[in-house]
Amino acid sequence: MRVDLMVIADNMPAYLAGFRMTAQLTLVAGIGALVIGMAVAAMRISPLGSLRVFAATYTELLRNMPLTLIFFFAVLVLPQFGVILPLGYWTAVGCLTAYTSAFVAEAVRSGVNAVGVGQAEAARAIGLTFGQSLTSVILPQAVRSVIPPLINVIIALAKNTSVAAGFAVVELTATGRRLAQQNPADVVLVLVGVALFYLVVTIPAGQLANVLERKVAFAR
Amino acid sequence: MRPVRTGLIALMSATVLALTACAGDTDDGGSTAPADDGTAAEEEVTEFAEGSTMAALAEAGSITIGTKFDQPLFGLVGPNGEPEGFDVEIGKIIAGKLGIAPEDIEWKESISANREPFIQNGEVDIVVATYTINDKRKEVVSFAGPYYLAGQSILTMTSNTDIEGPDDLAGKNVCTVSGSTPEANLLENYPEANVQALGAYSECIEPLRNGQVDAISTDNVILAGFAADNDDMEVRGEPFTEEPYGIGLALDDTDFRMWINDVLEESFEDGTWVEAWESTAGTVLPTPEPPTVDRY
Repeated sequence: MRVDLMVIADNMPAYLAGFRMTAQLTLVAGIGALVIGMAVAAMRISPLGSLRVFAATYTELLRNMPLTLIFFFAVLVLPQFGVILPLGYWTAVGCLTAYTSAFVAEAVRSGVNAVGVGQAEAARAIGLTFGQSLTSVILPQAVRSVIPPLINVIIALAKNTSVAAGFAVVELTATGRRLAQQNPADVVLVLVGVALFYLVVTIPAGQLANVLERKVAFAR
Repeated sequence: MRPVRTGLIALMSATVLALTACAGDTDDGGSTAPADDGTAAEEEVTEFAEGSTMAALAEAGSITIGTKFDQPLFGLVGPNGEPEGFDVEIGKIIAGKLGIAPEDIEWKESISANREPFIQNGEVDIVVATYTINDKRKEVVSFAGPYYLAGQSILTMTSNTDIEGPDDLAGKNVCTVSGSTPEANLLENYPEANVQALGAYSECIEPLRNGQVDAISTDNVILAGFAADNDDMEVRGEPFTEEPYGIGLALDDTDFRMWINDVLEESFEDGTWVEAWESTAGTVLPTPEPPTVDRY
């Protein structure tokens, strides 16, 4: 097979535009998922039964459904009920956020469960409310143990953004498809280029996870 | 607890029965279909040159053909699991000339992006999959044909009065498939159009009806199939590109290519091409003149 790395160099502007969209989707959906996921996790452990039921349903529903189906639901099913979203970026952000938030919620819940029950009891014993004991006692400890799994969730999100390629978002994977169409002789190399750009996002994230893990590690 | 469990078992058995019943139906459908299919009857096989692809395939008695499984009128897998359409009939004509019966053809789904790799890696013998002949593709595969001339066109709602041709697409949301030739054409020739690329043309239909997109653009034959199925949509304007559909095969197999060209020309003359067209795409489209084979 002809090895011609020029196809990657020649199409650098297209790759960079696709990369920017992938990075942007990861960032925006990542922030959204962290915020919503934390809130759902808090509901999951709240003293109110109805909130717990809601949070459990939300998590199980979104966590166990394929991401592609969530996209199909937003693009093809919601309009049947009169909810017409504009195709493209914001629909993708919404679907990725909803899907990822379920995994964030589960990661945070496991972290909270890892905090000794005595901590919560002590917090209640000195008269802190649920909110206070959560924000000043439980979560600060829980966050330390959930950072590595959370970074895993974000790495998965970075790769999951590729699903948006089939739903009117031109990110790395869609860019790769376009370039493959234009360069039928170099399809494999074009895709290698796409893979390299994904690694640019995911490998540093993994490294960051290692560093943070060492920084926040503490003896229990 | 017991009644619940019994109910569950009853439900499961019913489901299994229903599924078996369906499978039975499919078998029946499958076995009757080839019988009334006259286009690919076993034919007199001529001797092929020793060592040629034709000889190898004829001897093996089977051929692997790549086609689309989701393209109405050309290659669409129906409820019986067998692909149907004009591409499929063309494949059967070629196989028939090799002495291979339709049931000995192995159909392999070839989406647009994996047609070249499939040919290069030898995973298929030929590709008949609404495959546009172009110079860049000729660098990696070779093409027999064309056996049909399509052209890119526009589908929109019948109620839409803004869009009469490709020049009216400026500023409009136009749905197509990510990584397809029509997408590339739009980006290059109509940069003002707002291209919304989804995963398959069929996914564009509901967004068009809901107003999320204003038009769908791809080859006229595909759009004609959609227009036939959806009364509220119509094809607008004349085709604005030329898409000669060819049969893809290995780059250096000139003998095989020339032989397929002979087969195509023969089918243009003896009426099997028209017959294949009329039993598939011809049900919604007018019958065109057969194209001229390009023996490059």
